[in-house]
Amino acid sequence: MSTFSGLLDGEPSVVTVGVDLFTEALTAQAAAVTPVTWQPPAGAPDALARVMADPRRVAANATALDRMLAAGATLVDVRPASEVVGLESGQFRHAGPPIDWERASGPLRGALIGAALLEGLASDASSAEQLLSGGAVEWAPCHSDGGVGPMAGVVSPSMWVFVLRDEAHDRTSWCSLNEGLGKVLRYGAYGPEVIDRLRWMSAVLGPALQAAVRRHGPVDVKGIIAQMVQMGDEGHNRNRAGTLMLLRDLLPAMIDAGVASADVADVARFIGGNDHFFLNLVMPACKLQTAAASGIPGSTVVTTMARNGTDFGIQVSGTGDQWFTGPANTPQGLFLGSYGPEDANPDIGDSAITETAGIGGFAMASAPAIVRFVGGTVSDALRTSREMYGITTGENPAYALPILDFRGAATGIDVTKVVRSGVLPQINTGMAGRVAGVGQVGAGLVTPPMECFVGALDALAEAAPPLA
Amino acid sequence: MTALHHIELRRGTYRDSVQLLGVSQAVGALDGVTGAMVAMGTELNLELIAGMGFGIPDDATAGDMVVAIAAVDEAARDAALAALEAALAAKTPQPTGDTTLPPPRTVGAAVNTAGATLALISTPGRYAFTDAMDALDAGASVLVFSDNVPVEQEIALKDRAAERGLIVMGPDCGTAVVGGVGLGFANVVRPGPVGLVAASGTGAQQAMTLLDAAGVGVSHCLGVGGRDLSTAVAGRSTLAALDALDADPATEVILVISKPPADEVASRVRAHAEKLSKPVVFGLLGSGRPDLTAVVTEVLGALGRSAPSPWPRWLPSDEPRDLAAPFGSGSGSLRGLFSGGTLCDEAMVIASAALGPIRSNIPLEPSWALARDLKADGHVMIDFGDDTLTAGRPHPMIDGTLRLERLATEAADPSCRVVLLDVVLGHGAHPDPAGELAPAIAAAVLAADRAFDVVVALVGSAGDPQGLERQATALQGVGARVFSSNAEAAREAVAILNPAEVTE
Repeated sequence: MSTFSGLLDGEPSVVTVGVDLFTEALTAQAAAVTPVTWQPPAGAPDALARVMADPRRVAANATALDRMLAAGATLVDVRPASEVVGLESGQFRHAGPPIDWERASGPLRGALIGAALLEGLASDASSAEQLLSGGAVEWAPCHSDGGVGPMAGVVSPSMWVFVLRDEAHDRTSWCSLNEGLGKVLRYGAYGPEVIDRLRWMSAVLGPALQAAVRRHGPVDVKGIIAQMVQMGDEGHNRNRAGTLMLLRDLLPAMIDAGVASADVADVARFIGGNDHFFLNLVMPACKLQTAAASGIPGSTVVTTMARNGTDFGIQVSGTGDQWFTGPANTPQGLFLGSYGPEDANPDIGDSAITETAGIGGFAMASAPAIVRFVGGTVSDALRTSREMYGITTGENPAYALPILDFRGAATGIDVTKVVRSGVLPQINTGMAGRVAGVGQVGAGLVTPPMECFVGALDALAEAAPPLA
Repeated sequence: MTALHHIELRRGTYRDSVQLLGVSQAVGALDGVTGAMVAMGTELNLELIAGMGFGIPDDATAGDMVVAIAAVDEAARDAALAALEAALAAKTPQPTGDTTLPPPRTVGAAVNTAGATLALISTPGRYAFTDAMDALDAGASVLVFSDNVPVEQEIALKDRAAERGLIVMGPDCGTAVVGGVGLGFANVVRPGPVGLVAASGTGAQQAMTLLDAAGVGVSHCLGVGGRDLSTAVAGRSTLAALDALDADPATEVILVISKPPADEVASRVRAHAEKLSKPVVFGLLGSGRPDLTAVVTEVLGALGRSAPSPWPRWLPSDEPRDLAAPFGSGSGSLRGLFSGGTLCDEAMVIASAALGPIRSNIPLEPSWALARDLKADGHVMIDFGDDTLTAGRPHPMIDGTLRLERLATEAADPSCRVVLLDVVLGHGAHPDPAGELAPAIAAAVLAADRAFDVVVALVGSAGDPQGLERQATALQGVGARVFSSNAEAAREAVAILNPAEVTE
């Protein structure tokens, strides 16, 4: 190793940050110079300094990245939430950080009402509301049990869930089955057609998938994700290729398992007609990836980003299960039918776990077909994906983006890089109606509030050794 | 010949099949490798590997990478495995299509992108630590120009640099030269045998420009920051810089420039210097010690060279000068208006030895301190580069406004006989300081309407972008007495007031 990593061996290559004058002086000398586009970091400078000084940080983040890249994800079973999560009557799970009825937004309230109706806890919406606001029912984040739920993310005991395993770290995750688009529970709708569909999903879809998965053996979900991001899916708003690959894998096994042909046809029609079906497998796969990195002292890597429709919350490796929240932003994008911005609820759902794992909005460059759907352009998508490398710890070769010369997905959002660069993680998402019962109103782009990262920074600073 | 078959499973390691085909090809092409296949453990791939004569592990799955290498001997196998690691670790290929990359927004990202060896940080002091730590963690050394960095942060940075085999120059490091490239405020000097370790920016600039005037060049000038030799920081960067220059093939003599350090630090640094293979000249500046010009002369001596006598100077054409009227010997005041703290300090040491107390905002004695309005009778020297005077405005090396105003004030003060100024050239400094100073001097001389002299220490090199000769003759042309040696300029100012003190 030469002195100072070769600093004195020839002309230096210099990075400049701050005063432009010095950049100009280096340029005038024809020196190799790379200026930084700098802005003052968000949050308290002293907290940031203490986190940057933490001697554990660099190695801890490298470990976090290694674990994320090593995490596997296989679909091993499909079972009722009562068995997998241990939910009993009167217990629900939901998306995002913890929240009470008082502060819950329309879509979450609507989904809770629908779940109460589904479980027979109430006979109509108003009595369900009374029940829910009265405190007789308990709910907690899906994340508190290692699971994830899209949009409102409400899971009740009789709903069936996918069970995924990461054998490398001996961890399990789960997620509900996807209902399709439009008037669906996860967007806060709870009309009769919503409840009927959920009943069919528990009675027919869940058992048929269970039979197929058990017949087929574990399905390599990580492998499908790797392929789908090379087929125009980013795993959050576009899951078309993934859905079809899943169907291709499971259909023969479903038939072999002896599922009634009429049911097979219904199931195939249902899955084939719902481009988002695979989202509910991408999400728990991403949860397994990010959970593998959790609980590493000194690590500033984000392990969860989740929204409940009111608050945006993040969790960070070095601070374990602690939530750091800020007010959820409202997505900007395109609206269905006659809906407009005034109809949109603030950001909601655990689906931002996809971005936490490096796909979704981070892989927009791989999904040029949907950029218009979320109100962007192809060049926006390229720029966004490239910008994300500036706030992440590394790249995931398993999820390679062809348009970026097969560069691996930007993986491991680093709190320090977010507050320093001012670049927020880019999320692309569905939009739920503000009013309970409406359902989906559109899709668009959104970012977390910076407060989440500033809060996490303060907690990381508390946990770091003081400067001697 | 029998081949040695190596097979291993790498669990949970995924690469796409196209990349692995390329890797297999690269490994297979090596001398002594008779067969190689690196692939994900899909059924098809396992069959192919078995077909090559390898025993397949029972527990291989599609999620595992299988490495199968047949080689003539262990050495060839080890070479193949090394090549495999290199191929797997290879960076993303350079983009071939749309390459509009967003600019780096953090120092670490920029260091990684450019493979940089140094980060020059001039962000506000409360943020500089973060940027510097980021650079060190990315593997680059750091020059922290920013001031107002707490000393505990300075220590943390220097300790992290030591762990990583890097150096932190600064905080509050204004000047460095590395591999011929000037950083911060730096003069254009020729390459040569002198390596500097400097805790003073303008001190380093004076030493380098004098060496340049003597025809001797600089290998590197490593700034260490004004606090490096304090008890708390304990010479962390100075010691690292000494070792680096000792190991540097281009360096023959090392010059250390600093204010006198704390005793225990001084003895540690001296003891360390004695163990080095190269001569070390110490320029520890202060009362009763050699000035910078004398120190440079000593360095030239160590190289078997002699100093020019006198150092380059540009005097008005009306020589010999008339030092008589209207002041008697010793009457009238000296006013120093400096942009460089070390130059101001050196001038005060030289002048106070002859003239007695000199009031200043950076006084040699606490009792000589100036009031906040910077006004006093008698001899006064002001460092306009002091932090309190640069708050919210550019450094006087860039923006001369305050000094020009003060020059006019002094010209209007009948008790002022001589004004002593420094002008520092080089990268980062004002593009044409004489362009604004010369007219101001001409106006001051005109307004003074009495015997009134302006003496200028011009710190610059022949290669500086402002043009040393052009700057010197512009100042000389309006009657200023211009010296390349700050010490000689100070003596000239003293001599104007006190001819008996003239020493050459």
